[in-house]
Amino acid sequence: MNKQHNNRIGIKAWLNPWRYGIERFAYWLMRITGVGLLVYFIMHIYETSSILDGKEIWNKMLDLTQTPEGHLILVLVIGMSTFHTINGIRIMLGHGGIGVGKASRPDYPYAPKSQNMKNKLCIYASIGLAALAMLYSVEVMFGE
Amino acid sequence: MAAIKIHEENDQNVKSIAADIKPKNKILFKITKFNPHVDTHMKYVDYDVEYEHWNTVLDALLMIKHKVDPSLALRYSCRQASCGSCGMMINDKPSLACFTKINELGSDVVKIEPMSNFPILRDLAVDFTQMFNTHKKLKPYIIRSDSEISQSNEIKEFSQDPDSVEKYIQFANCIKCGLCNSACPTMATDSSFMGPQALTQAYRYVSDDRDKGKNTRLKIIDERHGIWRCHFAGSCSKVCPKGVDPAMGIQFLRSYLLGFRD
Repeated sequence: MNKQHNNRIGIKAWLNPWRYGIERFAYWLMRITGVGLLVYFIMHIYETSSILDGKEIWNKMLDLTQTPEGHLILVLVIGMSTFHTINGIRIMLGHGGIGVGKASRPDYPYAPKSQNMKNKLCIYASIGLAALAMLYSVEVMFGE
Repeated sequence: MAAIKIHEENDQNVKSIAADIKPKNKILFKITKFNPHVDTHMKYVDYDVEYEHWNTVLDALLMIKHKVDPSLALRYSCRQASCGSCGMMINDKPSLACFTKINELGSDVVKIEPMSNFPILRDLAVDFTQMFNTHKKLKPYIIRSDSEISQSNEIKEFSQDPDSVEKYIQFANCIKCGLCNSACPTMATDSSFMGPQALTQAYRYVSDDRDKGKNTRLKIIDERHGIWRCHFAGSCSKVCPKGVDPAMGIQFLRSYLLGFRD
């Protein structure tokens, strides 16, 4: 069976956040921030392990992070970790069946109860708090 | 529906068919044509369609099939969102053609493609074999040792109060149209994932207090391509035409495995 016959969207399905509402956008952000944080952790382990090579190399590595580019990466990491943590708590609670509504006979027009206002507010709050955390970190790292 | 014109790829052989009703609106349908046994690539064929405000996408497709292009392959049956046959991508979103009115799309072009994440049989008809097999694997029936019919042919009823029915009736509305599987981002990459349709139906029976097969089903879904691959993107619930809300059912089902409920 060739790819077209199979007709799976593949990774493109993860990359398009616009078709299915704010929940799919949150899914997309969760994926992006998850990958971003993984890359950061690998870089972080590499950076901190340089202490084994002596004080001079450790200081050189620290100097690398004390640049505008290094600060920008840290601002992004703070935003990503804030969103990932708060949205992650929402998803974990949802996985436990908490906050996803109560099953009942559906009435037309059908509005999925699992995507209720509590969930939507949590997503907006995660994005808002991530933005605030990034603004604060910009102030700390780039301010006077 | 009044008149339809077809433009083949190079605008040759333009046909026009007029009907009795005066045309009201005009719209362009871009429909995928693909025969996996013959073609190497999908192609879009354009059809100009004149429609009335009450027409559905299925009405337009059938008019095209009957009047212009009999080779167009699509599956349909009830025309009232009960059989789950006419699922397809309408303007990039999985929808039932019979349940989508053309004038509600708010677009001058209607792009029609076969449902994603399902193998294409031809044009807009897709293969449901995997979905039905997975559905079957999760034992979509009441499991218990006794039966409603005894050996002496006495029939007894497994009685149930209305509150118990409310716990699963929403999930029993599933018409197996496959739209949820088509919208699911995990189905897009994991060909072995059970999918929201089957997982929700597993919960439909687990939540039925006449059923005693909870542990059997939980064992089946607790595997690598099972329930753990659902990341609660919620797109399945967004596209469900019957209000089943698969995302809710799946999270409730998972809550048993995570120890949130007994």
